Amino acid sequence: MKRLLEWQIAAVKSIREETYRTKTLTLSLPSWTAHRPGQHYDVRLTAPDGYQAQRSYSIASEPERTGEIDLTVEQLSDGEVSSYLHDVLVPGDRIEVRGPIGGYFVWEASLGGPLLLVAGGSGVVPLMSMVRHRRAAGATVATHLLYSSRTPEDVIYADELHELQAAGDGLRVIQTFTRAQPPNWTGYARRIDAAMLSEVAAPLGRKAQAFICGPTLLVEAAADGLVEAGLAPERIKTERFGPSGGTA
Amino acid sequence: MTERFVSRGFLGKHRAAAAANRVPPGQHAVDDFPVLSAGPTPRTDLEKWSFSLEGELAKPARWSWAEFLALPAQEFVVDIHCVTKWTKLDTRWKGVSVDTLLEQVELRPTARYLTAFSDGGYTTNLPLPDVVNGQAFIGYEYDGKPLAPEHGGPARLVVPHLYFWKSAKWVRGLRLMEKDKRGFWESLGYNNHGDPWKEERYTGD
Amino acid sequence: MEEPMDRVHENMLDGNAAAGILDEIFGGEMTASPTECEHCGREGELGSLLTFTQAPGLVLRCPACSEVMLRVVQTPDYTYLDVRGAVYLRLARR
Ligand SMILES: Cc1cc2nc3c(=O)[nH]c(=O)nc-3n(C[C@H](O)[C@H](O)[C@H](O)COP(=O)(O)OP(=O)(O)OC[C@H]3O[C@@H](n4cnc5c(N)ncnc54)[C@H](O)[C@@H]3O)c2cc1C
Ligand SMILES: [Zn+2]
Repeated sequence: MKRLLEWQIAAVKSIREETYRTKTLTLSLPSWTAHRPGQHYDVRLTAPDGYQAQRSYSIASEPERTGEIDLTVEQLSDGEVSSYLHDVLVPGDRIEVRGPIGGYFVWEASLGGPLLLVAGGSGVVPLMSMVRHRRAAGATVATHLLYSSRTPEDVIYADELHELQAAGDGLRVIQTFTRAQPPNWTGYARRIDAAMLSEVAAPLGRKAQAFICGPTLLVEAAADGLVEAGLAPERIKTERFGPSGGTA
Repeated sequence: MTERFVSRGFLGKHRAAAAANRVPPGQHAVDDFPVLSAGPTPRTDLEKWSFSLEGELAKPARWSWAEFLALPAQEFVVDIHCVTKWTKLDTRWKGVSVDTLLEQVELRPTARYLTAFSDGGYTTNLPLPDVVNGQAFIGYEYDGKPLAPEHGGPARLVVPHLYFWKSAKWVRGLRLMEKDKRGFWESLGYNNHGDPWKEERYTGD
Repeated sequence: MEEPMDRVHENMLDGNAAAGILDEIFGGEMTASPTECEHCGREGELGSLLTFTQAPGLVLRCPACSEVMLRVVQTPDYTYLDVRGAVYLRLARR
């Protein structure tokens, strides 16, 4: 069934602080449609004089949760829309959105695996929708999430990722910290590179389907690294968020 | 028609009062120099770079980078206006006036329009009267430094009295023509002339 | 392209970033549909193209040869569309 992509006015149900720079907005949608994990919504802000600003935000929640969605937004210094969402928006406010949008950077349990997910900073958001959906659907496809953050304080969804991994259903979370590491850290402490990708991807074999998301330069480096590690380019899908400085 | 939705408490990033009569209608002044990009940044080797005048001329002309730098240059301090609504006041440039370039060639009387063409395939069109008499230059220094690649370096056309998409980055030459031919944005809904003071943004404005 | 270019631009996004506007124009999801580069013949989903949004319009380029495949400009009253750089676009029938 064809469904027209229409703007609708969502209600801000709640706002949760994830890290010192990211917040999750839970939006109640009058016209909710189940999304495919990886999809995004467009958010549009309108000033009284008619000026508008529009940005895309990935859906963080799983489609099994009906009637509402979570968006997780990183605040950029001087960011027009992210600063509004962080500093002005409060629960009870209304906000104009359209979605779900996209059909390329998506994964559903029915598509199988193995899955290699690579995230830098807020790039973990659409991948989180995938792993939450994977869990909700009871899927057990081997899944490795390689997640790069600057410091331990920058890790979004840290507790939940820990729990999801502890469930022992085939999800492994591998972290790298590029600026500061937790005490006694023995894991990766550098930017994502080909050697790291080889190590993380090797156990999944050549049939792995890779999804890479984050700041454009990180996505570029990770995609090149995966090709170098021997994964076919058509198995690699990317979602570039733009020039997110060095958030990862 | 349903009433327009307004986002509570949203004004937009740069809604500060416009500096009196130097900011055209619908524009706001910025302090930074935003980078707009419709494609990857070309990196032409200065050894291979050249600037050409071609088309409706008695004889075409071509300058290597070294020859171009040897041409009489000037300092320009100008306000620039991007159609995406930012204006930057008092930008400081060094470059060669288009008048200086045109003095070196013999224009045919049929030369009435021109297309500026760039590395990366970008083009923009202008009537000849809009680039003469000190109205346009090829800038290669910005704020005392070589023009950065993301801002169009090694050299860009600067036509400050028109929207900034007319100021082609990575410019490699001007083609003089008898008939007008729309450029990259002019052929897709943007105004053929682009005067910010008349808000000539789109076709039909 | 003939001249050397940066392969990467930090403002560069994926075709996904254009999914909303393409949906608006074509009345359905487009980014999973295949297309072919008129310049070099590369085939791939629209979602795999390189997208530039920090510009007067939206520009989608071929990831193999960097040439322009699709351009969109939205003015207050109209949408302008240039698909000269794509051999074809595929739309689902309904
Ligand atoms: C398909 C898609 C999905 C996205 N999903 C998410 C998401 O889930 N969570 C999220 O936080 N963001 C996401 N983004 C990025 C988001 O759309 C905005 O680009 C970001 O929030 C910046 O908007 P802004 O208005 O705050 O900043 P702007 O006012 O546009 O920019 C402020 C400054 O930051 C720079 N800048 C622009 N974009 C970025 C960026 N992405 N990162 C860093 N600096 C930037 C600008 O050059 C400028 O200097 C997504 C982008 C795309 C294309
Ligand atoms: Zn191509």
